[in-house]
Amino acid sequence: MTDAAIPAQQLPADWRDFLALTKPRVMSLVVFTGLCGLLAAPVALPAVLGFTTVLCIALGAGAAGALNQWYEADIDALMKRTAGRPLPAGRMDRQSALHFGVGLSFLSVILLGLATNWLAAAVLAVSILFYVMIYTVWLKRRTPQNIVIGGAAGAFPPVIGWAAATGDITLLPVLMFALIFLWTPPHFWALALFIESDYARAGVPMMPVVAGERTTRVQIFLYTLPMAACALAPWAMGLAGAIYGIAALIGTALFLALSAQVGMRQSRADDGAKPERRLFYYSILYLFALFLALAVDRMMAA
Amino acid sequence: MTEPDAEFHRRRNSRALVTAVLLGAFVLLIFFISIAKMQH
Repeated sequence: MTDAAIPAQQLPADWRDFLALTKPRVMSLVVFTGLCGLLAAPVALPAVLGFTTVLCIALGAGAAGALNQWYEADIDALMKRTAGRPLPAGRMDRQSALHFGVGLSFLSVILLGLATNWLAAAVLAVSILFYVMIYTVWLKRRTPQNIVIGGAAGAFPPVIGWAAATGDITLLPVLMFALIFLWTPPHFWALALFIESDYARAGVPMMPVVAGERTTRVQIFLYTLPMAACALAPWAMGLAGAIYGIAALIGTALFLALSAQVGMRQSRADDGAKPERRLFYYSILYLFALFLALAVDRMMAA
Repeated sequence: MTEPDAEFHRRRNSRALVTAVLLGAFVLLIFFISIAKMQH
């Protein structure tokens, strides 16, 4: 090391920036649904292997988040919500983010394959590729249906958890997948309704930007209907018991009511988009509660 | 030492420490996975 002063922009990224690259807050829901898929499975894994499964799901989600930020640094810089991320803020170079994301992807898939089975590892690999290639690279900048199809990437974790425990994929993990898949559009479009201007500035064709507010509100409600059917299906088909059934009935009824409220109203400049914010935050609580109820229900029945 | 130099060393050291801790945890995890796989 010479004594010459180092320009601030050439400083190595801090480890906290690498952590931020993995989108830890988004990861929490992914990890939780993956854990619930694991716990809902009829086969109990040894604790170490269960822990490794959840760790690999977290690492895979982190890898996908890092690759997403690597690719989207230009549009992240245009949105208030994302401008402070390591790449647009200039705290990290793009190559480091790419290497980190690719390395983490391989590590998570190989470790999961070695610790549990290669079906679970394959589903994890598909989920990372789906999020990066299908959602981030292909759909996000091209169509308002981006989060409808891209939502599948976030729906894989319970399937991975289940497959890690059992080595197969049956109807219940498919229903868990479908629930998250159909939950994603109302969740993200509610968010898009109150940060619409941010997406418009970045040129991201979110539904409110392209199709308008009225269409988005109707679509939110319409997607909630099949989501409700998927939420109730495990109980109706005898795959889950009363604990899940009661949680699904009450939680889904409230979800329907909130989405109907959002679907039928027109926003006013002074209302602070309260119903949309309420639906967005409730949708997070809803998914946590439903998966928790399913895991508890299945564990008590075992 | 100038301020960017000090920051450079601080970041390099903290990254080295975090990497070492994570590698150690990874080795331990592989060890416990091996035992669990043998017993499972």
